[in-house]
Amino acid sequence: MEYEVVIGLEVHAELSTKTKIYCGCSTEFGGDPNTHCCPVCTGMPGALPVLNEKVVEYAVRAGLATNCEIARESKQDRKNYYYPDTPRAYQISQYDLPLCAHGHVEIAVGNTEKEVGITRIHIEDDAGKLVHDGYTGGTLVDFNRAGVPLIEIVSEPDMRSAEEAVAYVEKLKGILEYIGVSDCKMQEGSLRADVNLSLRPVGSEKFGTRTETKNLNSFRAIARAIEFEIARQKEILDAGGIVYQETRRWDDETGEGYATRNKEEAHDYRYFPEPDLMPIRLSEEYIQDIKNSLPELPESRKNRYVNEIGLPEYDADIITSSKYLSDFFEAATDICKNAKAVSNWIMTDIIRIAKEKGIEYNELPFSAENLSRLIMLIDKGIISSAIAKKVFNEMAESGENPEIIVKEKGLIQISDEGAIKEVVDKIIAANPQSVADYKAGKDRALGFLVGQCMKEMKGKGNPQILNKLILEYLNN
Amino acid sequence: MITREDIKHIADLSMLNLSEDEIVKYTENMKEIVSFANTINEVDTKNATESAFALDTYNVFRKDEVKESFNREILLSNAPSTNGEAFSLPGMMN
Repeated sequence: MEYEVVIGLEVHAELSTKTKIYCGCSTEFGGDPNTHCCPVCTGMPGALPVLNEKVVEYAVRAGLATNCEIARESKQDRKNYYYPDTPRAYQISQYDLPLCAHGHVEIAVGNTEKEVGITRIHIEDDAGKLVHDGYTGGTLVDFNRAGVPLIEIVSEPDMRSAEEAVAYVEKLKGILEYIGVSDCKMQEGSLRADVNLSLRPVGSEKFGTRTETKNLNSFRAIARAIEFEIARQKEILDAGGIVYQETRRWDDETGEGYATRNKEEAHDYRYFPEPDLMPIRLSEEYIQDIKNSLPELPESRKNRYVNEIGLPEYDADIITSSKYLSDFFEAATDICKNAKAVSNWIMTDIIRIAKEKGIEYNELPFSAENLSRLIMLIDKGIISSAIAKKVFNEMAESGENPEIIVKEKGLIQISDEGAIKEVVDKIIAANPQSVADYKAGKDRALGFLVGQCMKEMKGKGNPQILNKLILEYLNN
Repeated sequence: MITREDIKHIADLSMLNLSEDEIVKYTENMKEIVSFANTINEVDTKNATESAFALDTYNVFRKDEVKESFNREILLSNAPSTNGEAFSLPGMMN
């Protein structure tokens, strides 16, 4: 049978505040176990949590940037469950009055654009980390992460494929980075997604039974876990079986998902209003101030790149998907005034370098200023595009100013016609057969002659002048 | 009305193994607690605004400023078992 896939996501993003949500302990990643802790975040009896005002501000920023309505009255609730990474035996979250609700973002897959609804965004605290103790076979608990502020962004079940789910998370990641509320480092777990997925026969209105695969922390894991779960549910349904509503884990090493069999899975969280924390009331001015402070968002930048600069839609999409890349593009363009060249370098060599080195764009070893210097060297005819590739690779290693690389390596382009003519005369004299071939109509011989001249000049000949001089000779 | 099934369910969620005697005892205890708490239902709230809190206080916030964390030794000192750096538990993970 043909099925329609129905996917909704819960995305957790750690907020980039300096301190935890309810105490002044640092949120810094790493650090020796249990050194960013105090009685509040380790759940000591009698400790009083006090809400970090930045957490409210950041959650509201995220809500406004995703077209949500912001609650004027909100509160926090206890979600009770017993697990050793949660020292109080409850998480402080929001139940019926989240800070933000009823938003949406636009996603694009291929040439199709669609809207994904956002049900709600609420604030909550992160749990600690359990580490297997290889020495005793026991489990060690590190509470450095306990109390780090999170927003949970819950989507509507609006996605229909792994591609759409990935596009949605990419879009959210871009937005959160742009508005500066989360660094979204997926490898450090500061952005992670739970996937709710069900199948229903094509044409059916009723949702099938869904499963929830938790804690996916890379785009690749999200895509693979979804494909796996689609295949699994399809096989069950095709055989006339029943899909059980369950929580599942994804093992990225084996490429398989499996059901968890935890007792606390009994979804009986017994939510009740958190008595230690007073309600939140937001004024119109407060919300308006945050709205006014929002930077230009990826969607708007993308439109500007396409309509005003004339970049292809695809390129604009890629560049604006990362705030760093987009800022880099703008900074470099500002200096060299050649947006198309900057975009081309980003789309080819910069993306390639980041992939090869396995780094995030903000870890690129060279600045936007140095890329624009490189582009200006080409635009002024000081180096050829072929040499520029070499200079780029050099710059990608050392981060060095390309003007210095060009000078030190003696890579300045030879544009002096007299000097090039000398080389052309020499090569033509040495290759009478190629000259004859060309005159006999074999165009390939031209490429050979140009190549020989270039080689003689160690790649530094100005290609336009070189071509012109050879053709002048051959056509006379 | 609190039943023994409620007590068993709550014990399960809290990962407690209760003996038969304890289930009987806690069922009685819990009945008394709930019936005490229920006295508040006798208050006439027809004209009261709905609220989750007794105080009309809101927006109690803290600045996002780092304070020195606690001495780890003190934090760990109540734990029955540690490795000097972390709280130590029976194996939870495979």
